Amino acid sequence: MPGRDPNVIEIRSLVNRFGQQVLHDGLDLDVRRGEVLGVVGGSGSGKSVLLRTIIGLNRPAEGDIRVLGQSTRELDDEALRRLQARWGVLFQNGALFSSLTVAENIQAPMRERGDISAELMDELAGLKVKLVGLPIDAMVKYPSQLSGGMRKRVGLARALALDPEVLFLDEPTAGLDPIGAADFDQLIRSLQQSLGLTVVMITHDLDSLVTICDRIAVLVDRKIKVGTLDELMRDPHPWIQSYFHGPRARAAGIAAD
Amino acid sequence: MTDQPGWIKLAQGPDGAVLQAGGAWTVQHVADLDRQVASLPRERAAQALDLAEIEAIDTAGAWLLARATGQGERREVPWRNLPAEFQPLAQRVLTAGPKVVPDRPRARTLIDWVADIGEGVAAVLNDALNLIAFFGEFVLAAGRVILKPRRFRWTPLLVHIEQTGINALPIVGLISFLVGVVLAYQGAEQLRQFNAEFLTVNMVGISVLREMGILLTAIVVAGRSGSAFTAQIGTMQVSEEVDALRTMGLDPMEVLVLPRVTALVITLPILTFFADIMGLLGGGVMYSVLVDQTFGQYVGRLNDVVGAKEFWVGMAKAPVFAILIALVGCFEGLRVTGSAESVGKLTTRAVVEGIFLVIIFDALFSIMFSMLRI
Repeated sequence: MPGRDPNVIEIRSLVNRFGQQVLHDGLDLDVRRGEVLGVVGGSGSGKSVLLRTIIGLNRPAEGDIRVLGQSTRELDDEALRRLQARWGVLFQNGALFSSLTVAENIQAPMRERGDISAELMDELAGLKVKLVGLPIDAMVKYPSQLSGGMRKRVGLARALALDPEVLFLDEPTAGLDPIGAADFDQLIRSLQQSLGLTVVMITHDLDSLVTICDRIAVLVDRKIKVGTLDELMRDPHPWIQSYFHGPRARAAGIAAD
Repeated sequence: MTDQPGWIKLAQGPDGAVLQAGGAWTVQHVADLDRQVASLPRERAAQALDLAEIEAIDTAGAWLLARATGQGERREVPWRNLPAEFQPLAQRVLTAGPKVVPDRPRARTLIDWVADIGEGVAAVLNDALNLIAFFGEFVLAAGRVILKPRRFRWTPLLVHIEQTGINALPIVGLISFLVGVVLAYQGAEQLRQFNAEFLTVNMVGISVLREMGILLTAIVVAGRSGSAFTAQIGTMQVSEEVDALRTMGLDPMEVLVLPRVTALVITLPILTFFADIMGLLGGGVMYSVLVDQTFGQYVGRLNDVVGAKEFWVGMAKAPVFAILIALVGCFEGLRVTGSAESVGKLTTRAVVEGIFLVIIFDALFSIMFSMLRI
């Protein structure tokens, strides 16, 4: 749409530290509208902390974060809540409310709005269930009655409940079998294209990186390097080299044997 | 982001009535749009829905338009002129529909209510049977460990003694002291009418030693430690730690239940003894304030009128109550399945059942003691 800021998220000189440990040190990152950005990095490199910082669950020590043109640090509670309605988050294990049914889980963010009629909430929840490819009779089930893959889909439906512009995914394919993971990748891609979403996903799944990510952000040395897969393949940094040229990368068909 | 809500109206065109929609059909305005769609004329006279003026649309808005035009029904109103950038989203929503609401469950009848009562009774009886079976398993496990004492786990035992016993001393002591005060106060007030204030000592002594000391302690421990047992074992159950124990050939009964029950059997009598002392102390303090006698005279009279029998009657119940509370706590903990909610539900149950069983057994003890004339 004309006149819109091309960057959905802008992070400038972000610093995160816990006690003595510095996780992010002057980190910069831009996320462009309408792209799928994959975030990779070694265990403990602060991928999840970065995600939590962007969505406001963690207060950074220093730095500025602008999401959808608004700086999360300067907003009051009311404005932050309005901003939060414009993004959706899928946590690693779905983070579904175990005492609520699938339909109630999806309706939880809608209920918070307070002005949507019960009938319309039922319809919208059903629409979301179908959009993520679940059968409609799953709506009355409880999370403990669902398989891991279905729970992730319900989590995705809940993240989409209020038609967000940005979708944050924390390891969406972790714990899924290869077929389920590939299906989930395709689902994310097709939803992203048809609904015009911007997607930021933390992932370790090299297949996801290849098939659905437009660009990849690598967390190394407490900073971020962004590029397309081809650009990163040529990066001389040793961690990036071993990540994209390791045996698993070869198995995923990224690197040549 | 367009901040003007969308609109929809019925207009007369050259080839009949046409629905026109425009503006922002987004979730921000969904309540308003819902009302607009609902107030459209019911009969679908429109030839088409013209979407040329749509500025923004998301799944919620597209769904409302789909519903307004009866998509999937027989008299479907076709869409036209939707800007190309919104086509993929509209396609996506239209293929997901039309039926998105599951069938409502059948209405409940009187027979369902009666069946519920029956199921409830059966469930209670079943629980009672399971608890008795659990007690049987516990006795077998205890027997195995007694035959091979090296298998007993001493470290958890000491941890549980500290948690259930030593850490409970302040609250048990305070409650018993205050109940002693209240008993003496109420007793002295009433007995004064008969010039028999001195009988307050008998009343406080016997009621604290026989009933109040043990009952209060058991209730506090059921609330404190019975619930803790359920929550601990239940959380282990959720994270599959109990299954891990089983696969290593370790019996949860030996590893988890036995140390907890043993710890409570040791600590509850000690706590009861402490509660007895504090209750008598509280009664004495109040007695010497209300009645014109010293604390020393109170102790002397207590010694005359209350025998060791009263103390042992109260004390004898302690190990039995300890087994009840700890067994129910562990039993409910092992019944936890899957969710965090079930930990909470079963923890509540453990406390309620623990206190219930304590009071039932207290009544049974009273009947038994009266038949034995103790």
